[in-house]
Amino acid sequence: MNKKISDFLFQNMVVILFLILCVLATYFSKQPLTFVASELFTRIARNSFIVLSLIIPVIAGMGLNFGIVIGAMAAQLAIFLTTYWGFTGISGFLFTVALATPFAVFFGFLVGKLFNYMKGNEMIGGLVLGYFADGIYQLVFLFIFGGVIKMNNSTLMIPTGIGVKNTIDLKDTVKYALDTVPMLTIVELGFYLVLIWMAGSVIFKLAKKQEVDWKSTVIKVAAAAVIYALTYIKPVEQFLAADRLLLLSAVELGCLATVLWQAYGFLKWKLQTKKGDDMGANSFKPLKAGVNVVLAAVVYALTYVPEIYNVLIVVRLPVMTYLCIGALCCFNNILMRTRLGQNMRTVGQSRTVANAAGINVDKTRIIAMIFSTVLASWGQLIFLQNVGTISTYGAHTQVGQFAIAALLVGGASVQKATNKQALLGIVLFHTLFIVSPLAGKELFGDPVIGEYFRVFVSYGVIALALAMHAWKKPEKPKSETARQGEAKAA
Amino acid sequence: MRNPVKPLVEKFGLPRVIIVSFFLFLVAGAGFFHMNLMQLLSDCLRRWGMFGILALAMVPAVQCGIGLNFGISMGIVGGLLGGLIVIQLQVAKIPSLVAVHPLFAMWVAVMLAILIGVVLATGIGYLYGLLLNRVKGSEMTVTTYVGFSIIAFMNMMWMLLPFSDGELIWPNAGKGLRNTISLASSFSNVMNKTLAISIGDLTIPTGLLLFFFLMCFLVWLFMRSKTGIAMSAAGANPMFAKAAGINVNKMRLIGTTLSTVLAAVGILVYAQGFGFMQLYNGPMMMGFTSVAAVLIGGASPKRARIPHVLIGTFLFQGILALGLPVANQFIPESNLSEVARLIISNGIIIYALSQVKGGSGRE
Amino acid sequence: MERTKENYVLKMDNIAKEYYGNRVLKGVKLHIRPGEIHALMGENGAGKSTLMNILFGMPVIHSTGGFEGTVEVNGEPVQIDTPLKAMELGIGMVHQEFMLIPGFSVTENIKVGREISTPNLVSRVFGRSMESLDLKQMRRDAKKALKTIGLQIEEYVKVAGLPVGYMQFIEIARELDKTGIRILVFDEPTAVLTESEAERLLEAMRVISSQGIAIIFITHRLDEVMAVADSMTILRDGEFVARKEIKDTNVVEIAELMIGRKMEKLVDDGIPDSRTIRDDDIAISLRNYKVNMPGEKVKGIDLDIRKGEIFGIGGLAGQGKLGIPNGIMGLYEAEGEVKIQGQPLNLGKLGDALDHKVAFVSEDRRGVGLLLDESIEQNIIFSAMQTNGKFLKKVAWMKLYDAASAHAHAEEMVKTLDIRCTGIRQPAGALSGGNQQKVCLARALTLEPEVLFVSEPTRGIDIGAKKLVLEYLAKLNRELGMTVVIVSSELMELRSVSDRIAIISDGRLACILKPDDSDADFGLAMSGAWKGGQKDA
Repeated sequence: MNKKISDFLFQNMVVILFLILCVLATYFSKQPLTFVASELFTRIARNSFIVLSLIIPVIAGMGLNFGIVIGAMAAQLAIFLTTYWGFTGISGFLFTVALATPFAVFFGFLVGKLFNYMKGNEMIGGLVLGYFADGIYQLVFLFIFGGVIKMNNSTLMIPTGIGVKNTIDLKDTVKYALDTVPMLTIVELGFYLVLIWMAGSVIFKLAKKQEVDWKSTVIKVAAAAVIYALTYIKPVEQFLAADRLLLLSAVELGCLATVLWQAYGFLKWKLQTKKGDDMGANSFKPLKAGVNVVLAAVVYALTYVPEIYNVLIVVRLPVMTYLCIGALCCFNNILMRTRLGQNMRTVGQSRTVANAAGINVDKTRIIAMIFSTVLASWGQLIFLQNVGTISTYGAHTQVGQFAIAALLVGGASVQKATNKQALLGIVLFHTLFIVSPLAGKELFGDPVIGEYFRVFVSYGVIALALAMHAWKKPEKPKSETARQGEAKAA
Repeated sequence: MRNPVKPLVEKFGLPRVIIVSFFLFLVAGAGFFHMNLMQLLSDCLRRWGMFGILALAMVPAVQCGIGLNFGISMGIVGGLLGGLIVIQLQVAKIPSLVAVHPLFAMWVAVMLAILIGVVLATGIGYLYGLLLNRVKGSEMTVTTYVGFSIIAFMNMMWMLLPFSDGELIWPNAGKGLRNTISLASSFSNVMNKTLAISIGDLTIPTGLLLFFFLMCFLVWLFMRSKTGIAMSAAGANPMFAKAAGINVNKMRLIGTTLSTVLAAVGILVYAQGFGFMQLYNGPMMMGFTSVAAVLIGGASPKRARIPHVLIGTFLFQGILALGLPVANQFIPESNLSEVARLIISNGIIIYALSQVKGGSGRE
Repeated sequence: MERTKENYVLKMDNIAKEYYGNRVLKGVKLHIRPGEIHALMGENGAGKSTLMNILFGMPVIHSTGGFEGTVEVNGEPVQIDTPLKAMELGIGMVHQEFMLIPGFSVTENIKVGREISTPNLVSRVFGRSMESLDLKQMRRDAKKALKTIGLQIEEYVKVAGLPVGYMQFIEIARELDKTGIRILVFDEPTAVLTESEAERLLEAMRVISSQGIAIIFITHRLDEVMAVADSMTILRDGEFVARKEIKDTNVVEIAELMIGRKMEKLVDDGIPDSRTIRDDDIAISLRNYKVNMPGEKVKGIDLDIRKGEIFGIGGLAGQGKLGIPNGIMGLYEAEGEVKIQGQPLNLGKLGDALDHKVAFVSEDRRGVGLLLDESIEQNIIFSAMQTNGKFLKKVAWMKLYDAASAHAHAEEMVKTLDIRCTGIRQPAGALSGGNQQKVCLARALTLEPEVLFVSEPTRGIDIGAKKLVLEYLAKLNRELGMTVVIVSSELMELRSVSDRIAIISDGRLACILKPDDSDADFGLAMSGAWKGGQKDA
């Protein structure tokens, strides 16, 4: 038992260390929790997407993708153009996304191609590539725009007419475009999406002359319709008319959803065991479900603690943004259950085996890079619409650095990263980011020390992760080659 | 007949052909705009001497097998500390030294700074080498981030270290050391001024260049010694060295330490030529600049020689020295030159990395 | 059994293959009946792997000009030009190195690259790669395949924790899971297994063959062949020697067929031999000597090499013969008692053997033997400079490279050994194999050793150079009285130059033979079937 605990502590060393650091720094910063919490939730909304975009390359064995900087550049290129052309609001935002995507696909393809030339050196290569791309980016924004391509816009361009200004204000264009989508619209959108999905499925199946499961289709459509109909009830409509969700409501809804989900699982399990299908039996574990329900209850009870309650009623979550983050988590998971995802995992674990199994290793790696780059560009757009201004020449430079540090703080490594680690990492890393200047001020009389500390942390944690990754190496290949050597024997 | 450019490209490598052509283009451009070529040449020479030793630090690192040492900031930090201590002690102002000759006092100051820097860098380099012996195969990635980390760590230290000289700390009771520390009263330009020769507009910083060449000569001597040859062999083929009874890890340790020490010397030579010491994030990207310089000179992640340093630094710094005024003729007050620096230096590193076949090139 | 002899699942006839002018297969045939276990035997370099590469349509064959001859599968002539084609024809292989991913479950490993998936809306738009995996079906298939070979493990456990013996079975299960498998190649499958695991594997092979799948069983172990195989083909030097039914033959005959008597003489007897070799004057003595060299483990050897003799160490690849010199030189971890000229050698101290005047020419010329980018001169003088402090001159307190004496010595060596080069400044990597070998030899001789270990002296060099190198070794031995230990896979060269030959099998000494002992003795010793009391469990 003791060994188990020490193993657990050792494996989660980084997380525990940062947890302690966060608690101490928060304590010394003497800031009220309400302040820290609201800042934190803003930062989670801003940064999660881009951190989650790092997961796919890790799984595909390409390590931490320092090349997401290039995705961020694609996003900034797109948002500059749409701002220049004068698109605004959510439609402007969607158009920006649509514009950024092909850029990111193209850049991701190039990066993937290049990384195939430097297998094993992707991380240092990605880092240097980021700087290189920054040079190209500056060339484009400082000299091509206005210099080669004529652009007349006094608010965006430097007075000489050549080059883009240092900051681009998004206040009147796409600021909060995504954050302020009302929940009502979201539900409506969801309803139509379900309809389109169902219709699409049915049409495809009919076209291919396959059997259509009418019963389940009808049930699903009906369920969607019922939920949509609920929004016409006045109190519900009023509740949903807002674009932000009170954290308190979110927690309550979360607890409710957990309980309902477990109940659904229980019912399904009961029905299936009656039918005697043994394969389904593994998916539901009564003990785990029970624990989940109890946990939900405890969390709900905690909301009645005054200190926690005070925090919960202050923080308001931008619903659409959080939904996007949730959707990306789901996407990461679902992708891994497809043929492509399985290929990525195989390539990530062993290129030799993948090759022998007939998987096109280079192509799979390029696809992983394209995914990551596109997601990173979307992540950067989410970040920018929330911040509201772009520092033209600075917004992208630290993106890779901070995203990777956050992922690592959550306990991820060069070979393994999960959604949970990403989210935990964001919470820890950004808590430290919020409180460390304040703690520095309280402890050393100077906030700058705190700022330097957090920069040191972000570099240090990456250096540590890289060193640890390489540290294990000498033993691993040895035993592997030894085994292979033995295999050759006789 | 085939394309006559092809053999040239094969011999020197595509990037070098491009860079040399670019350099020649800049020279032509400068001539075209009737700029003062002699003055520009002086600038090239000055920068050559200033940056040369930092690029030289790559030679022992590459030759001992750790590859391109992006982490020379480890040594740079040592050198900076040496400089700070000398200023704090006001060595250059000691009357008895000044009485001999003001330049002599400055030489004493800079030599003392270098000595302290070397001592510190030896310690740091040794520890750094121990780390690198444990991460064989991923040295470049690790060195880069260890280098960044030490800079970030020293950022905090610059705030906290108990230096008190008025030239070092912020005026008006601010906390910590200044961002940029003027060396005017300590050892600014001491090497550049020594034995400097002026012919019209052309100024040759003889002292600086002599010091640079001296360092190159010392490294060259070392590379021809028994240990130096063993070190090169250990870097080129560890198993070969082992078969000849050489302790490969020890050789790597020596190479890493030497590289770190040279970086400490290099930053002080750079600082005296520049006239300022830059603390905080100033030296962050020095590693990249130095790596790019040797690569431009024809080095690879597995092989670097003194001529690579000499040629590479001259070309790279030459482009930067010529680039700014020429670019200003096209687009006034632009930082096109800075952009060119980013693209060239990182471009050449990417090119070099993509040429290393089979990833780390070790297995 | 209604099948007649003419009913073959695989017929390869008149197969010939040339690699860069070097004929490695000379009209070989291989006939396999359905459902039989067919052993493919031969020494290293007999052409087995080339033959298998042809069968699998490996790129290495087709990028070097293809091959001659015909291949028929199930009576139909086929062109196998890609591994994929081989797979489609139902030819599978259980690899020597495990092609398994430790982090994956057994199911995932069995199904790797061939996952079962079901279409969904997204996949209909973006193509098959977006189809979702049908994990249930995959697990069912995996279970079935595991059951076929009788492996009792759950299909959802991760491979990482399983014993080595199980991994082979998972590899087999993967091949069986491929639909329409007709021929399964086992490439030395028992090499990594313990005795009981090997036992089970042979049992599984019987089960598989009883289902009508033909097995090509590549092995060196005669006892295994006798135990499971139905028939066998023997290759020697790229030539077809015989196809035998196991019931018509015996161990001794097989061993003889494998070795064969080669009449070529590699070394002239013209060199006068005035040596006196005494049994009590020992140059190197090994006691309970073990080396942990991957792929060439030495598992405890007692051996005495007499002063002034040419001692051969032979054995098949991977049996540990190469570990012996590598361990002494400190390249791999070694333990046990080693005495050189009666003085104990400190195995933990790198370079101690060099200090005891032992020199070594490595079998891995390009990897260990040479600095490929450095000049011939550097390569020749390097070891002597580092070990004996030669070619250095003192300048002030420094010991610097003495170019003049190094040049002179290198020039002399180039002349003596007739190294063909443009000059001593030429990089060693640019030389031909034979000349590289001479450079390695020159470096070892510059050390002025008393004992010289030469590993695979003739690997990868042409016949002319071969003769020259071996003759030179003999000359060194006769004229300078140098003790020469030659480690080689080529029995022929060992037998033509050595005084005694030790055969190493499974990391242990099988026996010490004289060059003129019978082929059967050599064959049996090398195949691990020697029952001379040397082989213990």
